[in-house]
Amino acid sequence: MSVSPAESPPPVEVRGLVKRYGDLTAVAGVDITVNTGDVYGYLGPNGAGKTTSLRMMLGLIRPTAGTVRLFGRDPMLSVKALEGVAGFVEAPTFYPYMSGRRNLELLGAFDGHGASARIDEALEIVELSDRARDKVGGYSHGMRQRLGIAAALLRRPNLMLLDEPATGLDPAGMRDMRVLVRRLADQGITVMLSSHLLAEVEELCNKVAIIQAGTIVYEGEIAELKRGGGTSYRLATTDDERALAVCCAQPNIGDVRTDHGRISFTADDAAVAELSQALVEAGALIRVLTPQTMTLEDLFFSLTEGTDGARGERSIAGEHPESAEPAETAR
Amino acid sequence: MNPGVGTVYRWELTKLRYQKRTYLGLGAAAIVPIIFVVAIHFRHNQRGGDFAFASYLTRSGLAVPLVIILFGAVWMFPLITALVAGDIFASEDHNGTLKTIFTRSLERGQIFAGKALAAATYAIAAILLDGTVAVIAGSMQSGFNSLQSLSGTIVSAPKALELVYVSLLVYLIPIGTVVCIGLLLSSITRNSAAAVVGTLMISLLFQLIGILPGLGGTVPYLLSTQFNAWQGLLRTPIDWAPIVRAAWVCAMYGIPSLAAAYLVFLRRDVAGG
Repeated sequence: MSVSPAESPPPVEVRGLVKRYGDLTAVAGVDITVNTGDVYGYLGPNGAGKTTSLRMMLGLIRPTAGTVRLFGRDPMLSVKALEGVAGFVEAPTFYPYMSGRRNLELLGAFDGHGASARIDEALEIVELSDRARDKVGGYSHGMRQRLGIAAALLRRPNLMLLDEPATGLDPAGMRDMRVLVRRLADQGITVMLSSHLLAEVEELCNKVAIIQAGTIVYEGEIAELKRGGGTSYRLATTDDERALAVCCAQPNIGDVRTDHGRISFTADDAAVAELSQALVEAGALIRVLTPQTMTLEDLFFSLTEGTDGARGERSIAGEHPESAEPAETAR
Repeated sequence: MNPGVGTVYRWELTKLRYQKRTYLGLGAAAIVPIIFVVAIHFRHNQRGGDFAFASYLTRSGLAVPLVIILFGAVWMFPLITALVAGDIFASEDHNGTLKTIFTRSLERGQIFAGKALAAATYAIAAILLDGTVAVIAGSMQSGFNSLQSLSGTIVSAPKALELVYVSLLVYLIPIGTVVCIGLLLSSITRNSAAAVVGTLMISLLFQLIGILPGLGGTVPYLLSTQFNAWQGLLRTPIDWAPIVRAAWVCAMYGIPSLAAAYLVFLRRDVAGG
C-alpha cells in the first residue's frame, strides 16, 4: 500500500528530547517537527543545547529521554535511519593526511549505492575541484566547510542537518554558503540548519525553533513569530506624561515604556487606531507615531535574553514567548 | 555495492598507508634483525649468551629470527603492535572523525570489526616482516644451515625454515591478545599515546608479575609466558602443551578485552570533534 506524502512521516520529529550529563542538563525536553520542504532554522545562544540535540538527531549521542524520528525511523536503533539524511555537527571533520578527494572516496565507499560516482559532481558544486588532490590538513576552514557539504551531497539527501555551516567563513564564503543552501532547498531538499547569523536565517528559513537553556522557547513560522511579537511603535505627543498614562490604560497595547524621551509600545493596527483617538480625547496631541518592524534578531534576543539586544530594552514577550502575548507580560 | 566490514577493512589499510606510525612500526620490525645481524658479525668471536639458540647464531642464520622473537617479546613486539592497535580508535577521536563515519551507511559494529581486522593485519605483517628479514639477513651472515632443536636433534635447513614460520604463527597468538588490549585501551582512553603506552605497560606488568617471589604458580597463565609457546615446536617430538595453553590463556585475556572494546565503541556518545 502506498503512503501519500501527507501521511508519510516528517523528515524530523523530535519529542521530549532530554540529555543529562550527571547534574548538568544539556537538553531539557525538546520538541521539534521539520516538515518536507522546510528550510528550518535552529537558533539559540552558545551552550543552549543546539549541537547536543543535533547530535542526538544524527544518532551520535544517546538521549537520556525522548525520541528522535527521521522519516519515521529511530537513528539510535540503526544507521538505516540515516538513509536520505546527511549533514554535519560543528565543523565537518576529515582525515587530514589524505586529500579531499580521497576523503570523499572513503565516505562514498562507506555510503555505497553509487555515492562514489558523485564525487566529481559534488566537488564541482562546492567549487573544490581544483584543490581536491591537496591534503585536507592544508585546507582553510572555509574549504573544510565546503568539503563537508560535498560529503553530504554524496548521499543524495532528502534531509540535510547543518550545524552552523557559515561559521568562520569570510563574507564571500557566507554568501556562497547561503546560495548553496538556497539551491539545495530549491531542489526539494529539506534543510535544518543551526546558525548564529540571524539575518541569514531570516532570509533563508521559513520556520525556526529557538532554544534557550535546553528548552525550546519558540517553534513555528518566522512570519508568525514576527506577528506574535507585534509591531513596535514610537510615539511623541504634546503631553508625553499624559500619553504614557493613556497607553498603559488602553487595551491591546503592550510593552509600554519610555525610551530616549519617546514612548514605545507594541500593538496591532486596530489597537493603534483606538489609541490615537484616546490620545486626542485626553488632550495629548500626536507629534510622531512611527511603526518599527521587528527583526528576527530583535525577537531572538527578546526570547533568549528577555531584551531586544541592540537597544538593551525590556522583553516584548517575556519569558514565555510561545504565548505570543506581549501585551500581557509588559503591562 | 553495499558497504560492509570489508569496506571498512580496506579503507583502514589504506589509511594506515598514509600514517607515519605504520612505517615506524614496520620499519622497526625490519631494521632490528639487520642491526642484530650486524652485531653478530662484529662480535662473532665472542662466546654466545646463555639463552635458546645463542650458540647457533653464528652457525645458522635460521637461529636469528628465533632469538629475535625471544627477546622481542619483552617490549619490542608489544610496542610495535600497540602503535596501531592503540591508535586505531583514538585517532578518530583525535581527528574528530568518528562523527563523520558514524553518520554514513555503516553500523558501528561493522566499523569496529573492520578496524580490529586492520589492526590485526598490521600486527601479522610486522611479525612476518621481521621474521623474513631476520631469515634473509641471518642466512647472509651465518648461512642457510641446519639448526639444532631444543631437544638436541639436528633439523635440516628447509625443515628449520618451516619451523621458523610456524613459530612465528604461534607467536601471533599472544600478539593477538596484545592487539585486543590495545583496542580496548584505544576505545576507552580515546587517547593514542595513553593507549599505546598503556598496552606496553600491561605487557611489562605481566613480566614483572612473573618474577615476583611467591607468584611462581601464576607464571604458566601470564600473557608474557605465552610468548614462549613457540618453543614447543622446536622440540622432538613437538610439545603441543604450551601451544594449546597459549591458545586458551590468550583467549582468556583477549576475548573479554575485545568484547569490552566493542561494547564501549558501540555505546559511546560522540560528543566531541
